[in-house]
Amino acid sequence: MATDAPAPSKDARRNATRRKRWWAEVGWKYPFAALVIFYAAFPLVFVLSASLDERGSLASASKLFSSISLTNYQELNDTLFWTWMGNSLVIGVAAAVGAVLMGAAAAYAFSRFRFKGRRSSLTGLLILQMFPQTLAFVAIFLLLISLGEVIPSLGINSKIALICVYLGTALGANTFLMYGFFNSIPAEMDEAAKIDGASHAQIFWGMIIPLVRPILAVVGLLAFIAAFNDYILARVVLVSQENWTLAIGMYNWVSDQLTARWGIFSAGAVIAATPILVLFLSLQKLIVGGLTSGSVKG
Amino acid sequence: MSTDTAAQAPAPHKEAHARNWKGLGWGFIVKLLLMMVVNAFGVAAIMSAWNARAWVILGVLVLFLVAADWVYFSRRLLPLKYVYPGLVFLLIFQVFAMGYTAYVATTNYGAGHNGSKQQAVDAALIQAEREVSGSATYPLAVVRDGETLGFAIGDDGAVMVGTEDQPLEETGGTLDDSGRPTAVDGWEIVPRGDLLSDQALAKQVTDLRVPVSDDANEGSLRTREGSTAKIYRSSMVWDPDADTLTDTDSGVVYSPNDRGTFVGDDGSSLPTGWYVSVGFENFTKAVTDPNYAKPLLRITAWTFAFAFLTVATSFLLGLFFALIFNDDRVRGQKTLRTLFILPYTFISFLTALVWRGMLNAEFGIINDWFFFGADIDWLGDPWLARLSVIMVNLWLGYPYWFLICTGALQSLSSETLEAAKIDGAGRWRQFRSITFPLLLVSTAPLAIASFAFNFNNFNIIFMLTDGGPNFDDTSIPLGATDLLITAIYQISGVQGGRADYGLASALSIVVFVVVGIVSALAFRQTKKLEEI
Repeated sequence: MATDAPAPSKDARRNATRRKRWWAEVGWKYPFAALVIFYAAFPLVFVLSASLDERGSLASASKLFSSISLTNYQELNDTLFWTWMGNSLVIGVAAAVGAVLMGAAAAYAFSRFRFKGRRSSLTGLLILQMFPQTLAFVAIFLLLISLGEVIPSLGINSKIALICVYLGTALGANTFLMYGFFNSIPAEMDEAAKIDGASHAQIFWGMIIPLVRPILAVVGLLAFIAAFNDYILARVVLVSQENWTLAIGMYNWVSDQLTARWGIFSAGAVIAATPILVLFLSLQKLIVGGLTSGSVKG
Repeated sequence: MSTDTAAQAPAPHKEAHARNWKGLGWGFIVKLLLMMVVNAFGVAAIMSAWNARAWVILGVLVLFLVAADWVYFSRRLLPLKYVYPGLVFLLIFQVFAMGYTAYVATTNYGAGHNGSKQQAVDAALIQAEREVSGSATYPLAVVRDGETLGFAIGDDGAVMVGTEDQPLEETGGTLDDSGRPTAVDGWEIVPRGDLLSDQALAKQVTDLRVPVSDDANEGSLRTREGSTAKIYRSSMVWDPDADTLTDTDSGVVYSPNDRGTFVGDDGSSLPTGWYVSVGFENFTKAVTDPNYAKPLLRITAWTFAFAFLTVATSFLLGLFFALIFNDDRVRGQKTLRTLFILPYTFISFLTALVWRGMLNAEFGIINDWFFFGADIDWLGDPWLARLSVIMVNLWLGYPYWFLICTGALQSLSSETLEAAKIDGAGRWRQFRSITFPLLLVSTAPLAIASFAFNFNNFNIIFMLTDGGPNFDDTSIPLGATDLLITAIYQISGVQGGRADYGLASALSIVVFVVVGIVSALAFRQTKKLEEI
């Protein structure tokens, strides 16, 4: 050891260059990542802090976590927030379940049966889904006025009517996404089940549905988020405050008195966003898979 | 109905049904129950369509109900059994809605032209209603049946009752000494105290008009205070044969013109009209009317620019992050990825509202934190507002492209890159000649879909800027950040303001066409890219 005095310094030099290279190639990515995370997260942190701010105005919110209190959350009880939240959840869940069932059934038919007009129907759906339903909101508004004179529960200001409107896109938006997934399940399995005496309905409910659960989850979540996020159709259909969804109600808060009600708004935003944030992160892998096969959010 | 086969089982055709029959499966029973419910609702709806005289709706209902029974009780049509429910909703709320949009686009449907001609006549008659001087005063009781309000009067010892839709007719009941009904068969009498204490109810009562008979010219009963009723008669007289309305006070004769308005011989016109076909006028109005043409042109240009810039910026930023962090040497990739996509998990309408607060000129944290408390009016200046919209959408959109690009990068074959490396290609060269083109192929369809989505991204604009700041050279409330879809929403007047369904629908059709062309062109382009 004592004999090679220069060796450590050579090592040290090598270490130094290695460390330099590491910094140049990998190391800088950590501080950079911190920067990206700051960019991604600061609005969320700001909302969280504003929701805990005791004075609850936009002006007082700019100092992060200057006070921690739950007043804003308690004040939500004096508003229609929970009614709106309930409406949004009911409408979103109903639209999602409907979209999943109808989309899955249609995808099953297109994937498993061979019938006349199959290809042209698929092309038709592909073309139809390009046209956003929201653009037809005037027609939908007028349609619901007429429908409401016959069936009041399908008229203006009815949540059921809004759900039906959302279900109008179930086939166009989801069949393709599911169709590809259904095709990836070998048809031999159907054949085997058929030979064992299973009916088409038994194959669908008992065999296919359990196998395609991932895509069902994705379609359900996307349909739920689409309904939860929708403003224009909901605003056109739902008239009275008790029937509003969160998107309408919270927009009204902010557009009315942006600065004064900031605390309540933030508290509402935290409550509304958290469940979806959790759901989204837990289904992240599935959703990314679904996204790459062709559906868009955001 | 074929009860001898369990309809859920398409039995092999060569065998006799009887040999294969396993009794009614529970699947069949469920189906039967469901169809019973569907039929019950269907028949009820058909009956109320009959009562409302809505013949088109009636026809469609019958058609859908018969088709449903046929599809689900026939043993053929197997695929339709699975497609039918979704198909019904698709046909009504998507296909029909689009077709109806096209129809409305060719009419002058909107404020002042809001219904049929008959409705316009009724409205004119009601508007000109006056108390008939010297008419008898009838003792009145306000009655109700559930939600429906009605008037009951005593007339020569008989009880007459009627509602808004149902002209007066005689019914059983009792009168008190003053001739006021005290009990009416099938109706509940509303106590006077309720009228005094319940403002909303009182308003409903004073607005209520009960026609005296089927003939609208005979007038109707109205009340001021809820205890006596008088006959009101319109000063207008409708002559269905001559197709004219005559004002008996002034003697002016109003006749319909082809624009859906009653015009008097003195040149005046009645406020309520009906909608008529105007051909392509709405389309030409959008490009020639000086009030609309210039703002709409600017809005169209901005819509294209917004959709393109939004996709381009979020794609590039997402790709940039993906390239940097798609690196196995970086530890904790999973955690980093989760944190990077946080904006994506936040509900997007909330995002826009939150940023609206953060960009507030006076109190917003963007000015406070990053611009040393300067009073930059982000949402108040046209160009700053446009910039803000793009920046907010960038924050919202880059995680999507980060995820997509990371996925695409990981699925690139490493062999081509190895080969390029051996051939001596530098990093930039590898990226430019191999990685980027391959990435484009796999992401182009998504970029197009994203373009189409952002072309109609109502929420971000409406929630963040309301389309503002408004243009100052037009009377229509359109602004610098308005997209076509928010402009259509504004023009349609469904939220208030002057309604113009015709023009709004015409613009919707234009957007439909644009989106269709972009998608079609783009998908062809993608096919070309794939061939490379």
